[in-house]
Amino acid sequence: MAKIATREAYGKALAALALENPKVVALDADLAASTKTIELKKVAPERHFDMGIAEANMMGVAAGMAANGYIPFASTFAVFASGRAYDQIRTSIAYANMNVKIGATHAGLTVGEDGATHQMLEDIALMRALPGMTVIQPADGIETYATIKAAAEYKGPVYIRLGRAAVEDINTSPDYKFEIGKGVVVHEGTSPVTFVATGVMVAEALKAMEQLKEQGIDPTLINIHTIKPLDEELIIKYAEKSEYIVSLEEHTVMGGLGSAVAEVLVKNCPRKQLFIGVQDVFGESGTPGPLLDKYGLSANKIVEKVTEFVK
Amino acid sequence: MEDLKLVANNMRKNIVKMVHNAKAGHPGGSLSCTDILVALYFNVMNIDKNNLNDTRRDKLVMSKGHASPALYAVLAEKGFIPEEELMTFRLINSRLQGHPSRKNCPGVDMSTGSLGQGLSVGVGMSIANKLDNNEFRTYVICGDGECDEGQIWEAAMAAAHYKLDNLLLVIDHNGLQIDGRNEDVMNTAPLGEKFASFGWNVFGVDGHDIDAVTEACKAAEQIKGKPTVIIAETIKGKGVSFMENQAGWHGKAPNDEELAQALKDLGGE
Repeated sequence: MAKIATREAYGKALAALALENPKVVALDADLAASTKTIELKKVAPERHFDMGIAEANMMGVAAGMAANGYIPFASTFAVFASGRAYDQIRTSIAYANMNVKIGATHAGLTVGEDGATHQMLEDIALMRALPGMTVIQPADGIETYATIKAAAEYKGPVYIRLGRAAVEDINTSPDYKFEIGKGVVVHEGTSPVTFVATGVMVAEALKAMEQLKEQGIDPTLINIHTIKPLDEELIIKYAEKSEYIVSLEEHTVMGGLGSAVAEVLVKNCPRKQLFIGVQDVFGESGTPGPLLDKYGLSANKIVEKVTEFVK
Repeated sequence: MEDLKLVANNMRKNIVKMVHNAKAGHPGGSLSCTDILVALYFNVMNIDKNNLNDTRRDKLVMSKGHASPALYAVLAEKGFIPEEELMTFRLINSRLQGHPSRKNCPGVDMSTGSLGQGLSVGVGMSIANKLDNNEFRTYVICGDGECDEGQIWEAAMAAAHYKLDNLLLVIDHNGLQIDGRNEDVMNTAPLGEKFASFGWNVFGVDGHDIDAVTEACKAAEQIKGKPTVIIAETIKGKGVSFMENQAGWHGKAPNDEELAQALKDLGGE
C-alpha cells in the first residue's frame, strides 16, 4: 500500500491543477516547502505568491484575487491559517463569500516534535462555525487529490485540513468516488457499532477494527471527509442500525466531528456515543505514534475504549 | 467642478439623515471622506451602471467600513442604488448593512468592517490585475486610526514587494479615532515617512479639495514600479459645525434638533 502525507498529495494535486486551469494560484506564508505549494511553483512560478510570515495579509490577498476571478489556494500550517487569521477568514473570505481555498497543513497532534503551539486541535470547530464555509479533511493521498480537484470546481470558500505525517492509502477500491458532502462507507460491519472517522483517524480506526474483530466486534466504518456540510443522511442511516456510535478525530472533542455527529443524531436518532479525540488539553512534543497513544487516539487505545464502551 | 461640490454636499446631507434615521452609525468619518469618494467615483474610476457587474473594471475597497454612509451616499449619486433606499440604512432587511456587504449591495466591491483588512484585499485585486495584464486599478480607503492595525503594514510590505503601481491607497487623515486624537491613542506619525520607508510613493493633499484629490490620483497613475498612498488631510465631521473635529461624533447619531442644525449647516433640506 502506498504511504504518503496528505500535504504531499496536496502539492502534487495543486501542480496538476495549475497546469489544467490558468485561474488556479497558490499563496504561501514562508512555508512553501512544508505545505508543498512549492510543487505548483515548479510548474507555474508566475502563479505562486509568497506573502512572507504574514498570514492575516495572505488571507486578505487571497480574497482580493478571488474577487477578480482567480481561484487562490492559500496555505500555511493549520494553526496559523485558522487561528492567527481567523478574523480575516471570517470577514474577508466567509462573510464576503469569496472563492478561496484554504490549504491548512500540519493539523493535529501528528505534527509531532514542534509541540502544542503547532498542533492545531480546534480548527474544525472554528471553521465549521463559519456560515458558508465548507470543511474537508481527506483521509489519504488519493482522497486529497480528489479533494483538491473538487474544491477548485466548487464555488465558495473551502477549508482543507491536511496532515504532516504519512498515511496509508485507504481509498484504493476501483469504485471509490469522491463527492463533497458525501461520506464513504469503508467497511460494512456486522456489529451494532458504527465508527465515524475523519482524516488520519480513518487509518487508525481500521487498525483498531482488526483487533476488535478478534474479540468478535465488527463495526461499520464511515469515512467523513466533508465535515461540513455533513452527510447527515448516511450517518442517520447507519445510526439506525446501531446501538453505539464512535466518533474519531485528531482534534479536540469539543466542536469537531464528534460534536457535528451528535448534533445530527440527537435530533434524529439519539445513540450512545463515544468521543475519540483530544480531551480538552493541549498536545506536546513527541513523535506521532507515541503522541496518538498518549492522547488516546492510537489503535490500541481505541480498542480499549471501545471494548469498555460496548460492554 | 461646482456640480461635484453639490454632489458632495448632497451626500453629506444624506449621511446625516441616514444616521439620524437609523439612530446609529458613524457620521464623523463618513463626512471626512466624502470629497475623496466624489473625486474617485466621478473623476477617476472607470465605473458606471453598465460595467457594475463586470469584474473587469476599477474597484474600490472601503477598508474603513464604518464609513458606509459615505459609500452608500456616493453609490446613490452614481445611480447604483436608489436614493430613497438610503433611509433603510442599518434597518432590518436592508441591503445597506451597518458595514458594507458585497453580497447585499450593488457597487460594494468588498465586505469590510473589521478594520485593517481592506488593504490586503486591494493587494490581491492588484496582483490579479497584473496577472491579467490589464490596466484596471484598485483603490483602497483606510482611516488613519486604522493604521494602528498590524495587517495594514503586512499589506504595505506586500504591495511594495510586488511593485503594485496599479494600487492606490487613500488615507483619510482626520486625526481622530474613537478614544481621541491619534497621537494620544496610538501615535502613527509620521505616516508618510513610514509608507515611504516601506517603499511607497507618497502624496499629501487637502482631502476636501476634489480637484486636488483628482490630480493626485491621476499623478499616481504615472508612478511606475511602486504603489502610491495619498495622505488626505481631512476634518472629521466636515461640513457640520458641531461635529467638526469632535471625536465624540465618530459613532453617534444626531437627534432631531441636531439633524436640523446639521442640515442648516449644509445649506438646508
